[in-house]
Amino acid sequence: MPIRIQEGDFDVSAEIASMRKGDPRVGAVVTFLGTVRDMNDGSSVKGMTLEYYPGMTEKALQEILDQAKSRWDLYQTLVIHRVGLLLPEDQIVMVAVTSAHRGEAFAACEFIMDYLKTAAPFWKKEDTPEGGRWVDARVTDETAMSRWEKK
Amino acid sequence: MKLELKFFASLRESLKVSEEKITIPESVKTIADLRIHLFERGGVWAEVLANGKSLRCALNHQMVDPSTPLQEGAEVAFFPPVTGG
Repeated sequence: MPIRIQEGDFDVSAEIASMRKGDPRVGAVVTFLGTVRDMNDGSSVKGMTLEYYPGMTEKALQEILDQAKSRWDLYQTLVIHRVGLLLPEDQIVMVAVTSAHRGEAFAACEFIMDYLKTAAPFWKKEDTPEGGRWVDARVTDETAMSRWEKK
Repeated sequence: MKLELKFFASLRESLKVSEEKITIPESVKTIADLRIHLFERGGVWAEVLANGKSLRCALNHQMVDPSTPLQEGAEVAFFPPVTGG
């Protein structure tokens, strides 16, 4: 499955191996791994809870992958996003793409991540010493996504 | 018109509602109208749905603009800007 939303952890090496297996056309694999930091906006973060919109989030991710495939020559795309309670150093999200050459793979991976940040319904609530707080969306994420708009 | 409403993240928490079935009057035709209709419940509804609050809305799992017309039986979700990844 190219899209997985799950509470459990995942194994990056195993995921990459399974994407490459039996496909000798692949010459490049680019992976992004997002992890939980212990600091955000000047506060220490003890953990966070991730919420999503079952039914919509999967569709939004599929649309992002479809767009990436229409823009670049990719063989496989993968997004794994965890939900529920996560602690500092935990893995949150993995994006991986395979293609013949690195240029396509680098661009597509960054594109998918930039779109995921602004278009996929996930929300983080951080547990800080001051109590629980919902993370605010960042203007820099909007800026990162707008770079990809076709001129 | 009958709709199924959903609320997520900080909205769900403030409203203490995650979903609700609602029948709206005929005068409520768009997403923007629906926001005002719910705003008029007052109290915490007026607080979280006030103009100027950054909100996103989805109609049948697609992100939509406030001017989008509602459809019979649609699932309409309100939530804050997303923060995944």
